[in-house]
Parts: sequence; structure tokens; C-alpha cells
Amino acid sequence: MSIAGKYIIAGVGNTKYGKLPGRSSESLTVEAIRNAIQDAGIDKSQVDAVLTKAPTSNFELLYSTRISEHLGIVPKVTATIDNAGASTASALVYGAMCIEEGLCSVAVVSYGDNPLTGSRDVYAKPAGDTDAYGMFGAVSGYAMITQRYLHKFNKTSVNLAPIPIGDRKWASMNPNALFQKPITLDDHQSSRFVAEPLHLLDCCPVTDGAAAAVIMSAERAKDLPKAPVYLNGFGQGHTAWELVTREHYTTSGALQSGKVAFQMAGITPRNVDFLELYGPFSVVPIITLEDYGFCKKGEGCDFVADNKTHPGGALPMNTSGGLLSETGMPGMQLIVEAVRQLRGECGQRQVPKHDVTVVSNQGGHMTTHSTLVLGTHPR
Amino acid sequence: MDYKKPLPIVTETNRPFWDSLKAHAMRLPQCDACGKFHAPPRDFCPHCLSDKLTWKPVQGTGEVYSFIVMHQLYDKTFADDVPYNVTMVKLDEGPRLVSNVRGPNDAIRIGDRVKLVYDDVSAEITLHRFVRL
Ligand SMILES: [Zn+2]
Repeated sequence: MSIAGKYIIAGVGNTKYGKLPGRSSESLTVEAIRNAIQDAGIDKSQVDAVLTKAPTSNFELLYSTRISEHLGIVPKVTATIDNAGASTASALVYGAMCIEEGLCSVAVVSYGDNPLTGSRDVYAKPAGDTDAYGMFGAVSGYAMITQRYLHKFNKTSVNLAPIPIGDRKWASMNPNALFQKPITLDDHQSSRFVAEPLHLLDCCPVTDGAAAAVIMSAERAKDLPKAPVYLNGFGQGHTAWELVTREHYTTSGALQSGKVAFQMAGITPRNVDFLELYGPFSVVPIITLEDYGFCKKGEGCDFVADNKTHPGGALPMNTSGGLLSETGMPGMQLIVEAVRQLRGECGQRQVPKHDVTVVSNQGGHMTTHSTLVLGTHPR
Repeated sequence: MDYKKPLPIVTETNRPFWDSLKAHAMRLPQCDACGKFHAPPRDFCPHCLSDKLTWKPVQGTGEVYSFIVMHQLYDKTFADDVPYNVTMVKLDEGPRLVSNVRGPNDAIRIGDRVKLVYDDVSAEITLHRFVRL
């Protein structure tokens, strides 16, 4: 039997996002976990599983073990899960599975990194033979996907603009977002090219920061002060192959991941009140919306063209500003925002309907994908 | 003239590929069992896992599968080149290569037919480039 609907997110926490000089990834991670434990209303002595994604900028062995030591916790379970940007959603599910099987009872899941003040070398590290041809940085792979997408479906850069403009509108209501000043289509189109067809405003910023969540059984959470957020569905899907060998550029692991997660939760796109979709580059949420079935393949740009994902729209998306405007951190912050929206804690940017949400995490060059369906009630 | 840009990492697995470029006669591994070509070179056919592979000459023709124009400077050795294109070329034999297309960036279109040319960048290494047909 599925564990969907039996486990809940009891607490979430984060740090400031941006340039945080003097802070190690461990320090940031501990702050986020401390805040998540406090938010859950539990004592750290109850936490017996520590799950992390290793810092992208400095991949270290035994990272979860080290974080446990910083927390003063002797864990029953640790794991440092590497699905790149899909890691934290996957780790949260792993936590629930370990609790279900009796290995532990309360898990924290975290991501923290300091690529802005620390080292960014990893983002330009030799990737193999493609360096000889000048293909550098995460942006190059996403630009390659974007070019193919725009060609195949006869769209242009202008058709991507609702994504960065929407993210920025939402971020203008988030005091912790890195970029809060609203942008126009003209701003988007006149921002410099980083890797054509991607403009600067199509690309996420690199920031320091950390975010974390506490997961436990719904049964155990009964007496906690805050309303539980149910893990009602989850999935994974991976293209795995790199761009040279990947069969299609316009369909991602979101297709498989979303199919499993939506079915598990017993929902269709019609039931979703708002979305938190991982979008480090503008094309990614568009492909994800298609793969999840919110619209047909190739119709993602048309789907968002009426600004329905912007504040006041019928399908709010990336309500904290997403990767393009809040922080380019890989994924955990989207889970944090989803939990706060479901609880109704988001003040000015609070969405009116907030019972069911879908969070996507993805990484590589749309190489990995992990989906969470979260809700205020068990499925 | 010293060539300062990054060079491919030659391994036991891909050495015949780089040797074939040096000889101005590109070869790729073709599987004896399933008949399919693959790239980048592996010790086992990624289609059927056979280790019976034969390095076969390719025609050197293909088409533009996708391309980007890099404006951001990541490696200072490309300072005189930005903006330059990076192009995903699909060879007629099936495999794709990350390469560069010579000529103006704004002339490149997905689906353009292209032909292989050789660029002897150092005494040891020859890179593949492509020209539009
Ligand atoms: Zn084979």
C-alpha cells in the first residue's frame, strides 16, 4: 500500500537568500533546520534522520553525517541524495519511506550552499570534450533545449516572457526575494543575451542560502501547533542521458514523474490550486506544464500567455518569485513556499485557494525530475 | 603558436576517435551486434551492451539539431570569439556531436545541412568543425 497521505510536512525553515559573506554551507543549513524544527514545534531531540543534498558548489562526502554533527544529533538514518536539483523532493520521500519502515521517526531534509560568496568554480568546471567547443555553464544546455523547443513549436523568446515577468510580480511581494523590482516585456527583450536564445532575465541568479523541512507521520503530528501539510503523491522521472544522446529535448522526466504523482494523489491538473515549478530558465516551467498535463505538448507558451499564472490569475505559479526572482537555489525553497501557502501564512502574496499544490524539482539540463503533490487534507 | 583553449580529454576509450580526426578521416564506433553507431565512444554499445565494436568511417555530413550563441564569457581563452555558436550536429549515421559551425552565427538554422571540416589546433589534437552546405 502506498504511504501517500500518511506523512506530513510539520515544519519548514529558511535563511535569508542572497550574498551572505562569512557563512559556510553548514552554518546556513543548520540555521534553516533550526528554523524548521522550531516551526514544527518540536525539540531537536525528536529528530532522528538527517537528509540533505550536498552543496552544489562544493560536493563533499558524508555531508548529511557532517550536518548531523553540527546539529548535535546522532541520527538513525542519514543520506546525501544526488538528483541534482531534484534532490530535496526525492529526499523528502525517502524520509517518509524510512519512517514507514521503522528506521526512524522524524526526518529533516535540507539544502544549503554559499556559491555567491564561496566558490563558483563548479559552474564552469570542465565538463568534458564539449569545453573544447566553448560549451560552458548550466545555461548552455538549457539554451540548447530552448532553441529546439522554440523551433519545434514555432515560438520566439517573446513567448517565454510571461514566466520571468510572473516570477518577478510574485517576488515583489516577497521581502526575502533577491529581485523584487517588477519587469516588463521590454526589460526582458532588451536584457543582454547570456546564451542565445536566453536573455539574462531568462536565467536564475546564483545565491547563498538554505532551506529545510521536517517530515513525520500524520499520526505523530496530531498535537503539533501548526496544521499538517500532507504528502499526497510523489514521483520521479529522468531523461538521464545528456544532451548529445537524449532522444527528445522538448519532453522531460516530468512526464513520468507527474503521471505517477498525480495518479497516486488521485488528482488531475483541474484539482490543483497553485503550482511551485522549478524554473531556473524560462522554458523549464513551460515544458513542465505540458508534461504534467496542464496543456498539450507545444502549447505551454499559449497556456501562460494570458498571465493566468501571475498574481490574481486562475493558476498562481511560483508564488515566492521562483528560481528566477526569489533565489536560484535548487528546489528546497519551493517546498517551503508550498507549505506556507497551504497553511495560509503568505500575507500579501497569499493565494486565495490553497488546498492542493504541486511542486516540481529538476536538475542537470532537465536531466532529473521529482514531483510532490501536497495538500491540506490527506488524499 | 600555442593553442590556449581547453582541449578534449583523450582516454583509452575515445583515443581512436581523436586519432581519426588527426588523420582527417573521422571514425565512430559501430556495433557488430546491432549495427548502430554511437557517440561519445563507450567500451560497451549503449544500445545493446555488446563489446564487439568496430571503428567505421563516417560520411561527415549531417544537420543542425540545435544551436546556441554564447555571449557570456566563461573561459577567457574565448574572449576574442564571443559571441560564438555552439552547435549540436546530428550526423547522418545517427550520433550527435557538440561542435561549431563556421560562418555568421545569424545564418544558422535548425535543420541546415552541414559538412565536417578538420581544424588542426595543436600537434596532437584536431577538432571537428562544420560548414553549412
Ligand atoms: Zn549494439
